[in-house]
Parts: sequence; C-alpha cells; structure tokens
Amino acid sequence: MEPGGSFWIYLLVMFGVTYIIRVIPFAIFHKKIENPFIRSFLAYIPYTVLAAMTFPAVFYSTGSVITSCAGVAAALAAAYRGKSLFTVAVCASLVSFAAGLILQYL
Amino acid sequence: MHLRMALTDKGDKKMKQFLQGIKDGAAIGIGYFSVSFTFGLAAVSSGLCWWEALLISMMNLTSAGQFAGITIMASAGSYIEMAVSQFIINLRYALMGISLSQKVDRNFRAGQKSFLGFAITDEIFAVAMSREGEIGSVYFGGLAVLPYLGWTFGTLTGAVCGNILPANIGNALGIAIYGMFIAIIVPAMKADSRIFKMAALAVLLSCCMHYLPVLGKVSEGFSIIICAVAASAIGAAIEPMDGAANL
Repeated sequence: MEPGGSFWIYLLVMFGVTYIIRVIPFAIFHKKIENPFIRSFLAYIPYTVLAAMTFPAVFYSTGSVITSCAGVAAALAAAYRGKSLFTVAVCASLVSFAAGLILQYL
Repeated sequence: MHLRMALTDKGDKKMKQFLQGIKDGAAIGIGYFSVSFTFGLAAVSSGLCWWEALLISMMNLTSAGQFAGITIMASAGSYIEMAVSQFIINLRYALMGISLSQKVDRNFRAGQKSFLGFAITDEIFAVAMSREGEIGSVYFGGLAVLPYLGWTFGTLTGAVCGNILPANIGNALGIAIYGMFIAIIVPAMKADSRIFKMAALAVLLSCCMHYLPVLGKVSEGFSIIICAVAASAIGAAIEPMDGAANL
C-alpha cells in the first residue's frame, strides 16, 4: 500500500462502520422509521450514490476516453432494454474492447 | 420416545428450512459472483493485492461501499473520508435491518442477529421480505450461504484474472463494474421519473465537482458523498418517495 493510509486501518474502518450500521438496528431497534423525509432520502441514496460514482469516472475507466464512451453507450442501450447486470457489463466491456482494436488499426 | 420423535421432527424441519434458504439464495449467489468478479478486477487494477481484495469482500459484502472504499484507498484518502463514505452509502442497511427485525420470529436471538445481520444486503433483504410469514434464523442463515460464497469466490477469481489478463482485455474489463452500476440505475430511472431527475442531478453535480476549478480539488470519496447526499436531500424535499415501500 502506498503512503496515505494503512490497508489494515482502512479495512477495519470499512468493516466496523458497515457492520455497525447493519447489526445495531437489526438487533436493537424495533420501531419503524416513519419520517417521510428520511425514508425518501434513503430510498434515493442507492441511485444517487451509483450515479455519482459512475459519472464522470466511467469515461476514464478503460484508459481511453474514446473506448470508454463506446462502452458507456453500449451499457446505456443494454440497460435501457432491461438486460441483466451481467449482460450489461459484458456488453460494455466487449464494445470498448472492440473500439480499442479499431482504434489500434485505424 | 415421543420426545425423541418430536426432537428429530424439529431437526428435520430446521434442515428443511435451511435447505429452502440455500435454494432461495442460489440466484443471488450467481449474480454476486459476476458482480464481485468485476470488483476483484477493479481492486487489483487500483493497486491492491489479490488477498487484500478478498479480505475486503469477505468482511464487507456490499458492492457500492466496497467500490467507494477501494477508490478512497487508491487516492490515499483519510480514514474519516472512509468512515463517512461507508456510513452514507450503507445507511440504507440500517433501515432494512429495522424492517427485517419486525419480520423475524421470536426464536431469532440477539447473538444470532449480531452474526447473521452481517448478511443484510439489498438482494438478501428483498428475498427475505418477500417470504410469507415470519423468518427464522435457520432459513436466514441458509439464505446467506450462497450469496456469501459467490461474493467471496467471485472476488478471488476476478482479482487473480486481473493479474494475468493481457493489458487490452484488462482495460476493457475496467468498465465492467460501471456497466453493472448503469444496469442498476437505468431501469429505475425508466420506471420512476423522480429517480430519473435525482440521478441526473447527482451526475450533474458529480461532473461539476470533477471539472470545475476549485471543486476539482475535493477528493473523490467526499465528492461522491456530497453529490449523493445533496441530490437525495433535494429529492426528499421536493419529490418525496412515498413508494419507499420495500424499505
């Protein structure tokens, strides 16, 4: 691991926070959360997290913006048609791989 | 004699519940194998060793949180950043845990909860909640087995493959995990215009954080947190999701 942090401490922090969030409410709380703001907020979170994690980082994910864009287009098309996670990921990879080959021989 | 029969009967019933759990978890396990395969690839390409990737998966069992985690490790982020990102990204599990705590039977002891609660994920939660009646610890334990194994071995396979694949294939696979994220977001955006708007807002904010001069200095982990929290809070304020029924 490069300087900046120890792998073990990162791992411990990740594990500790994730474990506590899962287990404490499950084992201790029994009251339902009724607050509509909190419920809505938490319903949005998975999608906004994934959206923010994906864009714009995905454009640099293959080491070439052009092949990445080709892959993103394929992924969006496949996901729009309701394909499974695995199929969408394979489409994105195959198309960006093909784009890489085409670029190489152009 | 009667007692013994009653006991074996109880054992049979438990075994049956356990096997039912295993069966119900099989599809999740296969799905997890493919997702964690791409996590393993992403982890080694971000500079981790195969066993580091494996340990992260075995101790966390969560895709978005782990992916944000390796991003923060690769950018040498602070421990605070790590803790806050995991807290925000995984906060939904708290809500799921509360829902689930009201569906388990009375024999589900606190010790079992603190062990099996680790296995609360989006998919395991969804399957458990869709089951009729109360849930026992035996069934829930069975349900968690194959997803956990799928997650673990998928990561291991991905991490090992990432080390031996030729560079151009490895590069092309770098997009795979984002493909999976897109596969989760797009159908939800299609089905619900509120999710469409807030996910689009999160993308817009994230691009601003990345490309604008001063904001570009904010680390990636915090940037994800800020964008997701801002978009979700705005969404909750102006377009509440009363349909948050599955939580």
